[in-house]
Amino acid sequence: MVKKIAPKLSHEQYKHNFKDIKPPLNLDSAISEANRCLYCYDAPCIVACPTKIDIPSFIKKIATQNFKGSARVILESNIMGGTCARVCPVETLCEGSCVYNDLAQKPIDIGRLQRFSTDWLMDNRSKLFERQPDNGKKVAIIGAGPSGLSCAHKLSQFGYQVTVFEGKDLGGGLNTFGLADYKITTEFALQEVDFVTEIGGIDIKYNTWVGKDVKMEDIINEYDAVYIGIGLGTTPKLRVDGEDLDGVVDAIEFIEELKRGPKEKVDVGSTVAVIGAGNTAIDAATQAKRLGAEKVYIVYRRTQKEMPAYEYEYGLALKDECEFLWQTNPVKIVGDDCVTGIELVRMALGEPDASGRRVPSPVAGSEFILEVDMVIKALGQKSYESFLSSIPDLKLNWGKVIVNEDMQSSVSKIFAGGDCINGGKEAVNAVQDGKIAAQGIHKMIFGNVGV
Amino acid sequence: MVDISSNFCGIKSPNPFWLASAPPTDKQYNVERAFEAGWGGVVWKTLGDPIVNVSSRYASIDYNGRRLIGLNNIELITDRPLELNLKEIRDVKKNWPDRAVIVSLMVESKKEAWQEIVKRSEDTGCDGLELNFGCPHGMSERGMGAAVGQVPEYICNIVEWVKEVAKTPVIVKLTPNISDVRYPARSATKAGADALSLINTINSIMGVDLKTLIPRPIVGETSAHGVYCGPAVKPIALTMLSSIAHDPETKNMPISGIGGVSTWQDAVEFLLLGASNVQVCTAVMHHGFRIVEDMIDGMQNWMEERKFKTLDDFIGLSSSRVKDWGNLNLNYKVVANINQDKCIKCGLCYIACEDASHQSISYTKAPSKKFEIIEEECVGCNLCELVCPVQECITMETRDEEKPFMNWTEYQKEVLKR
Repeated sequence: MVKKIAPKLSHEQYKHNFKDIKPPLNLDSAISEANRCLYCYDAPCIVACPTKIDIPSFIKKIATQNFKGSARVILESNIMGGTCARVCPVETLCEGSCVYNDLAQKPIDIGRLQRFSTDWLMDNRSKLFERQPDNGKKVAIIGAGPSGLSCAHKLSQFGYQVTVFEGKDLGGGLNTFGLADYKITTEFALQEVDFVTEIGGIDIKYNTWVGKDVKMEDIINEYDAVYIGIGLGTTPKLRVDGEDLDGVVDAIEFIEELKRGPKEKVDVGSTVAVIGAGNTAIDAATQAKRLGAEKVYIVYRRTQKEMPAYEYEYGLALKDECEFLWQTNPVKIVGDDCVTGIELVRMALGEPDASGRRVPSPVAGSEFILEVDMVIKALGQKSYESFLSSIPDLKLNWGKVIVNEDMQSSVSKIFAGGDCINGGKEAVNAVQDGKIAAQGIHKMIFGNVGV
Repeated sequence: MVDISSNFCGIKSPNPFWLASAPPTDKQYNVERAFEAGWGGVVWKTLGDPIVNVSSRYASIDYNGRRLIGLNNIELITDRPLELNLKEIRDVKKNWPDRAVIVSLMVESKKEAWQEIVKRSEDTGCDGLELNFGCPHGMSERGMGAAVGQVPEYICNIVEWVKEVAKTPVIVKLTPNISDVRYPARSATKAGADALSLINTINSIMGVDLKTLIPRPIVGETSAHGVYCGPAVKPIALTMLSSIAHDPETKNMPISGIGGVSTWQDAVEFLLLGASNVQVCTAVMHHGFRIVEDMIDGMQNWMEERKFKTLDDFIGLSSSRVKDWGNLNLNYKVVANINQDKCIKCGLCYIACEDASHQSISYTKAPSKKFEIIEEECVGCNLCELVCPVQECITMETRDEEKPFMNWTEYQKEVLKR
């Protein structure tokens, strides 16, 4: 329940507000952009890509209209190349390292070129990958997000029987439920799940929470290896009064509701405060604005300099006229049943802490009330620590699974990757972890042969 | 103010930019708009015996997304009635007295046929004639065009017939589809031609359509070889121009330079190597008559900067710089230098040198990524400079090793002495 719900928009307005922020290239624009690529030797864009896609090679293949070959280069390195093409922070990764930046020219539009090739492949239903004959081994994967699916695909290529346990009713993880709709649609994320599992040998068991619906112990006993790709859970509590009022929501849950749609069913406050300034906070803020909120504030206790969101994301929020309240922190949330306001306090910045960011502390007497109808909490996500710590001998570091370079944990048959080992990074990192883990599992079971 | 007016074997035009005999010059409507745009002259699309053209006539070669690097044409000479062309030529010349109007001709190899068309053409008041001995397709199968241009004796015969009756300057247009273009050039010169023009188009098959597997341009189920022109043929035209400009028998002939001229820079290069004017076609077929504005403007600005007052000040100026290889200085030494401040670390110089040259660039990998010339290994081939995408990042620097000039002949003498 939200006290003052922003007026609903027309179907056309929703469509307009949530359309692709980076619209796809057409044949002419893709070939023309591909021809701009210098085809660098030992290119910096490859170095910048966590999955090490041979970018100049896939771009060259677009220029020669070898679209299937182009998609192969991408997908062999990154089976979720379609998602990454849409959601990767390319401005800081591949495109950010393009040599054209040093020539005062626009970098190559790598993300959209990658989307062009992967879309081509999915639209043309061209089969790229073959599963090797069944090798008689079984692997369990927990979580059907980018990391779990990447691991599943690679393992299936090696001939494993893969069972994926997914708590939700749909696969794709944050690709499906956790990203701004103008970057990636739910339909695409689900289409990609089908594309990945098309290879065969992958059975996804939906609505199955490990530790609740099935026992972890049974899985460990039954399978030759286990991969944990469970990502992260809900956002931590603000620990302020009024947090349980109606109209206080978790950013991840808010975005999931929007992604499940239809959009007209999602109630958004007329005035919204988003707490936090990470990339998810920006997604929540811009989505709230595009759902029809009249005013969206982004409340952050430090300054723009310390803000965890990427520069590009910050720009998106500014474009959507979200207002940043720097050096402010919630003291309490005000309202009877529903939120009517949030009490904020100004923060002063002291000396840098271990992370190098200056430590904020409240300025006495600077409290003020901001009238809002909705508060979206986006303080990052907590680890599924209770589940992880229940696994015997599994070593954790602040809730994150400790793994070696093969993504192998302290329990030899358990591997892990993605947000549950790194505390929350990009889809592309999760995909890479899954790929490495699959190779690690194969190495563990069959030795170095065939990896 | 510089003067770019041109006098080509007695034919005057306000600038050296003519349109070549081709589709853009086939009628009054086109030619008058070309003159409005600023073209100094036109060579009217070849008149001759009646022909029929096919539908689907052009195909292009594209490179790295650039269209029409080269163009191929299987169109023949004019397919309009001779009377109509002659009437329009007369009208155009009357309306544009200061522009050059040249009539291109090609008829069967009979004295009467040639002499009649010469008389009828000159009757229009045109400024000159260009004999089309170059057309390599269609017409050549009937004993005309390149079928004449490839046989010096035939050229000689026809030029003599034409010169018997012609009152205006006669330009002979040469085909490049021959192993040594100097022979037809000498033949035309001996027979009394007033000027030469080159190159005509080059025999070509433009490629094969990978859907239908039929070569392009597709005419029904088949194709035919056609004539190749456009930016890609310029270097071929320049070397042929240069060989004629150097040949003792033809070096005094005025030459109209043709072949891939698209910009004022191209035109200047043709003039520097000995052409007195240029003829343009493909660039106009690609972008329209309007391109002449920058050709004029660019050439004038360049001349002003270089302090050239008239075209004659620089025509042929670079010609003597072309030597036979045997006369080059074997002791001239250049080495590549990479300006590290400008280097964007694309690695193109490295891989080119490594795979195609002399392994004389070292590569230090990231994080201190760096490409450096190994001077002892560098033979000064220029390849790295050519592939570098950054202006003036790689430069070729001369190394004075205080060795005297030595060409191949002198080198051989040295070797014998030892």
